[in-house]
Amino acid sequence: MPKNKLPRQSTHVDMTAMCDVAFLLLTFFMLATKFKPDEPVVVSTPSSISEIPIPDNTILLTMNPEGLVFFGYDNQDAKKLMIADINKSRQLGLSPQEMDDFAFSASYGSPLEELKSYLATPSIDRKKFPFKGVPVNEESASIEENELVYWVQSARTFGQQINGKAPFISIKADSKTPYKKVKAVLDALIDNDIDRFNLITSAEAVPVGTAAYENQMSGNGG
Amino acid sequence: MAEMDVSGGGKKGKKGKKLSTRVDLTPMVDLGFLLITFFIFTTTMAKPKTMEIIMPTNKEVKDSNKVKDYTAMTMLLSKGGRVYYYYGIGSDPMNPPKVEVSYFQPQGGIRDAIIKLKQNIAEFKQINAGQPGVNAKDEATILIKPDSTSTYADMVNALDEMQINGIETYALIDITPVDREFIKLTEGANPDRANDK
Repeated sequence: MPKNKLPRQSTHVDMTAMCDVAFLLLTFFMLATKFKPDEPVVVSTPSSISEIPIPDNTILLTMNPEGLVFFGYDNQDAKKLMIADINKSRQLGLSPQEMDDFAFSASYGSPLEELKSYLATPSIDRKKFPFKGVPVNEESASIEENELVYWVQSARTFGQQINGKAPFISIKADSKTPYKKVKAVLDALIDNDIDRFNLITSAEAVPVGTAAYENQMSGNGG
Repeated sequence: MAEMDVSGGGKKGKKGKKLSTRVDLTPMVDLGFLLITFFIFTTTMAKPKTMEIIMPTNKEVKDSNKVKDYTAMTMLLSKGGRVYYYYGIGSDPMNPPKVEVSYFQPQGGIRDAIIKLKQNIAEFKQINAGQPGVNAKDEATILIKPDSTSTYADMVNALDEMQINGIETYALIDITPVDREFIKLTEGANPDRANDK
């Protein structure tokens, strides 16, 4: 008969390895991701096999499923100059504080007259602001009569001043946005000699056996 | 949860208690995973992908390159994800093209029609080599005409299909009343289909 009982095993588990894993993952996520921009609309984009990343210094035109247009620009310095200019030429009566606020805010999608009341809304309630979309005048594409063109042209002017390069124009529309509305936006910009667009799409695998697939396999890329 | 250090307390000797150098890492792990969760929820992976499209501006209206009938295919994007297509330009009113319907789908969809177009062109070039109006460089040309009932997804799917099939020459143009007639003739006979591939 054994004299001694088995030694009591400790329930203590060594957490060092687990800790290593946790922090390794943490580091990975911190480096591989970036913060979600706070957008007023949720848009589910269609997918494509394109692999061109979205360029920096981009004017982002978001379109929700109903076709309302939202204007956004990621260059805050240019946005500051822009809003100062818009405020002056359109007599919006914004305070310097409101203009700063605009430069740091997310996309805006309503007529210019409503900009002041939008900026007066506390930032938490802004997502619920009754957006009407930036007006796109289908009749005229002049800066005076088409607010969308006005926004884009003024962003291009000041983006050029700050970066020395005209900003790109990305269009992020929902799958369900009617083609008519997208066309109205494109036409207004094309009339102003803006002909290059980046359509934001979600990634999709290249179907096997197609021309694009063979191209990719032969090392030419997509 | 937290466990007290008991490893040194077994023997009561003259020497001082030997303290373990082990630290309980459980809270640290908790913290690590909490932060991971936070990052997963508040961030997005990398940058979204974009599709570049260059539209012709209105100023350069040149009719320099006419589309040859045998290289052309017209795609009419309509509602419910339907794609009506016909080979040729379809400009001859006496000889209306045979309009067929298809969908954006991985198998048996519009892609097969585009592949067939490419095959047809290759064959045509082989048979009619040297004939006037047939050039070895002739390539498939696709005219995309979205109807006002189509959605943005249809347009992107159509452009994507160009990329997938390596079609270099394509144009996004306005639909004509004649094309609308084609759609009307076959409408109703074809079911709606979900838009996503």
